[in-house]
Amino acid sequence: MQRRAWMQQLQKLTLFTLGAWLTPSIVFAKKEDADGAIQKITGGTKIQEGRVTLTIPPLVENGNLVVLKVSVDSPMTANDYVKVIHVIAEGNPLPNIFSAYLTPRSGTANITTRVRLADSQRVWAIAQMSNGSFWQGSAETLVTLSACTEVV
Amino acid sequence: MSKTSRTQVTVPATAKKGSIIEIRAIVQHDMESGFRYTESGKLIPRDIIRIFTCTYNDVEVFKADFYPGIGANPLIIFTTIATESGTLEFKWLGDDSYEAVHQARITVS
Repeated sequence: MQRRAWMQQLQKLTLFTLGAWLTPSIVFAKKEDADGAIQKITGGTKIQEGRVTLTIPPLVENGNLVVLKVSVDSPMTANDYVKVIHVIAEGNPLPNIFSAYLTPRSGTANITTRVRLADSQRVWAIAQMSNGSFWQGSAETLVTLSACTEVV
Repeated sequence: MSKTSRTQVTVPATAKKGSIIEIRAIVQHDMESGFRYTESGKLIPRDIIRIFTCTYNDVEVFKADFYPGIGANPLIIFTTIATESGTLEFKWLGDDSYEAVHQARITVS
């Protein structure tokens, strides 16, 4: 009898380990979606790290309304400005969140908006400069109540 | 007959020529993501605002594409340079021929 209980425990443990093994693969699948979206934006051009600062709260209670701020370090002159800022969330059902098109008349490259986050995840901001180069920045956040998937 | 809703835009009434002004534009909209189900398991169709544009005396100075990842009642804060006195026009376009327009006057000295 005791042996059977022990076997059951072992079985549970095996299932748990299996679960722990499987979870990352699901996360990676979503990451691929995000990579696909990024690939579409850049068309294969290499993205450089830096110049882009993405600010989101590190801990989010409700993923339905998260204040997100993007700022890009750029002089914003007629020959050197930020053309587009894309925001990509790797854990959302649709990775694209928004794309903002700027002009030299924007003065600064600072955008603030409120977004939905479906899960604890990393969010990317990719900026395309007027010379065609791409720069990126990212931020990680923990979401306790997920958006998008709840039943009405 | 297209749908529309309430909008609110904050633009400084006066500004110095060449200064950077901050604009906050908010619009009343559910931004139904198209990923949610009703209790009976029916998918709720997507109904979002897709495009936001800001024109300054008929010159486009800012544009944004929205996706379902934008929260309900979309708020967007951006900047522009006060070049001349005139009108700023804000336009939101969305699914189901949604359209909302807001105009604001600015005096530049």
